[in-house]
Amino acid sequence: MDFNLSDDRRMLSETLSRFLGDKYSIEKRHECAASDDGFSRDMWNEFAELGIVGALFSEENGGFGGGGEDINVVFEQLGRALVVEPFLPTLLAGSLISELGSDAQKEMLEGVISGEKLIAFAHGEPGSRYEIERVTAKAEKAGDGWQLNGNKSVVLGGGAADTLIISARTSGDEDSANGISLFVVDAGAAGLDVRSFGTVDGYPAAEIAMRNVSGELLGNEGEAFEAIEKAYGRATLAVCAEAMGAMDVAKDFTVEYMHQRKQFGVEIGKFQVLQHRMADVLIELEQMRSSIINASGHMNDDRVIRERMVSSAKHLAGRIGRQVAEEAIQIHGGNGMTWEYAVSHYAKRIIMIDHLFGDTDHHLERYISIGA
Amino acid sequence: MDINYNSEEIVFRDEVRAFFAEKLSPRLSNKVKFGKRLAKADMEEWQKELNDRGWLAPNWPKEWGGAEWSAVQNHIFDEERWAANAPQIMPFGLGMLAPVLIKFGSEEQKSHYLPRMLDGTDWWCQGYSEPGAGSDLASLRTKAERDGDHYIVNGQKTWTTLGHFADWIFCLVRTSNEGKRQQGISFLMIDMNSPGIEVRPIILLDGEHEVNEVFFDNVKVPVENLVGEENMGWTYAKYLLTHERTNTANIGSSLAALASMKEIASRQMKNGKPLSQDPYFAARIAKVEIDLRAMQTTNLRVLVDADSGAAPGPESSMLKVKGTIIRQEINDLARRALGPYALPFSSEAMDEGYNDEPIGPDYANPIASEYFNNRKLSIFAGSNEIQRNIISKTKLGL
Repeated sequence: MDFNLSDDRRMLSETLSRFLGDKYSIEKRHECAASDDGFSRDMWNEFAELGIVGALFSEENGGFGGGGEDINVVFEQLGRALVVEPFLPTLLAGSLISELGSDAQKEMLEGVISGEKLIAFAHGEPGSRYEIERVTAKAEKAGDGWQLNGNKSVVLGGGAADTLIISARTSGDEDSANGISLFVVDAGAAGLDVRSFGTVDGYPAAEIAMRNVSGELLGNEGEAFEAIEKAYGRATLAVCAEAMGAMDVAKDFTVEYMHQRKQFGVEIGKFQVLQHRMADVLIELEQMRSSIINASGHMNDDRVIRERMVSSAKHLAGRIGRQVAEEAIQIHGGNGMTWEYAVSHYAKRIIMIDHLFGDTDHHLERYISIGA
Repeated sequence: MDINYNSEEIVFRDEVRAFFAEKLSPRLSNKVKFGKRLAKADMEEWQKELNDRGWLAPNWPKEWGGAEWSAVQNHIFDEERWAANAPQIMPFGLGMLAPVLIKFGSEEQKSHYLPRMLDGTDWWCQGYSEPGAGSDLASLRTKAERDGDHYIVNGQKTWTTLGHFADWIFCLVRTSNEGKRQQGISFLMIDMNSPGIEVRPIILLDGEHEVNEVFFDNVKVPVENLVGEENMGWTYAKYLLTHERTNTANIGSSLAALASMKEIASRQMKNGKPLSQDPYFAARIAKVEIDLRAMQTTNLRVLVDADSGAAPGPESSMLKVKGTIIRQEINDLARRALGPYALPFSSEAMDEGYNDEPIGPDYANPIASEYFNNRKLSIFAGSNEIQRNIISKTKLGL
């Protein structure tokens, strides 16, 4: 049993941390989020040059990582700085291409890792909520290729992507795990309507409508579910680690504030009621970290243990995240309600992560059903 | 990073399992499993088995008969012990006093007392708390005054667990009123058969006699029973408490209790289906199981750190708070799982040899009683509120 990061991972973490400390202040972050794309392409290129995008891919796919721990380390740092650049869409779509892509399709990964090419995964639909089996968008054979019809909702990084990986049903019932296929779709394809927007916590996403859109099959027809679940598992681990980083910073801000802020002539940190609540926050953060370690440690294990650990972590990220975010705002008082205080943006990210890939209730239910 | 036990740890785990399978009698394990009362003779029987194997004092140095286990080995043993329903080893002598003696005691004290703990000659109890000194331990008032070769001890200790079984008690006593409260405390070992000592039972809310009041009326204690230096007792007490708190995450206990609670929930019916399939109850089970699984890793992270030399500090406070919350939640679920059959209770049914037809399911009798008994977990060994004070002071600097 060993809970230390390997030297490589520690270096990766330190490199990214230093880079973000130098280049990614909260002001810079707001500037990136408020730009037309909703993120900075220059920053993205710098991240890629630094090798951070490559850390999400295995060596055989041109990267130098791609494991659960790599995801952990990278996303925890991204969470500490509230980075809005499209790491999550890249991880999702990249996992699918790595897992299912033909040699020709995998060629695009080189451009992804170097930062030139942006990718995203369009899967959720207006009526699917958090069910990953429920796919109503349809794909039908048309000549040598396929034609896609339907709608995809809250597609992370969907607006800026050059290439989209889109799921569609090629057979089976609307909520069947069988019969789901994946397609590689060019962002400029005819019939593809992409409506970009920014999320409440400042990240770029899009609603997508497809009318007879041409796509190229990725992997086998009707057999994409397993790869989708794995990619979602990796992305879920990623946002848990991102939440961990953001929670840790929100906690630090709050403790610092408890030292500065005076009421009734004393630092509010002297009030036992606040001390005990922060002690509970600290305890729960260690629990969060442990559950992330469990999830990443089981990333390559059998489905039941792997997915139960993923759902455990995401359940806790929602439960603990809410506690940490709400305490951070509450203890900051009125200042915690302002745009000016960075803590509010951390709180927003922590809470909205609960809405990515299934919230705390969803993952509790999933934990139960997978074990049954 | 590797979250799995390494091969040596697995070998050790298998060794422990084999030992339990061979040496733990079904009679004893059934008593533990069904929540029956353990007699002193039961504990002595089990201690002897462990001592014969060299595992009674696994944390002591080998020169004193210990095994020098790592923290992870201790954790493995604890998990396996609970899984096998082996009796708990009373920690007062072996786990609490002994580390203090080994670190601060004289050679004479070590060579006299340590072997007697191992062979079961001496049973120890702990004399810390007083009626006016609970979580605020330093306010203790039991005093020891020097009189030639003796101290004369007057005062009262309370919550003395299994004091009625004990031959000896180690006490914190006040030897000076000068300076800070913590500075005038000494650490004294007292023979329970000394004239002037009276032990009175305190019956707890579950009807059980587990703890006592101990009164000292002009009790003569030879000066050689002082541990370390006079007025330095607080330092030793803190050292002891750190040891006490490293195993307070209750992981093994919680894992065993969770399994048994799930078993109950699968046998109790609700709306014609097992309660374990009721969505609301299943969610409560899942929540505590998720917390416990994370806690297991939190605990191991602290232990692995401890093995690499880091002193267990506020981390043990964190383990204590969350570990006891989880353990108590499982007690609550077990109680609720029983529904109306949590109500009947027979004290006689907790004795060995009781053969009457049980009222309700045969596993029901001790459940509510255990729920009440385990409310102690968040109160003793430094209440959870004191632990939060420690965390906020040492980890947050507040």
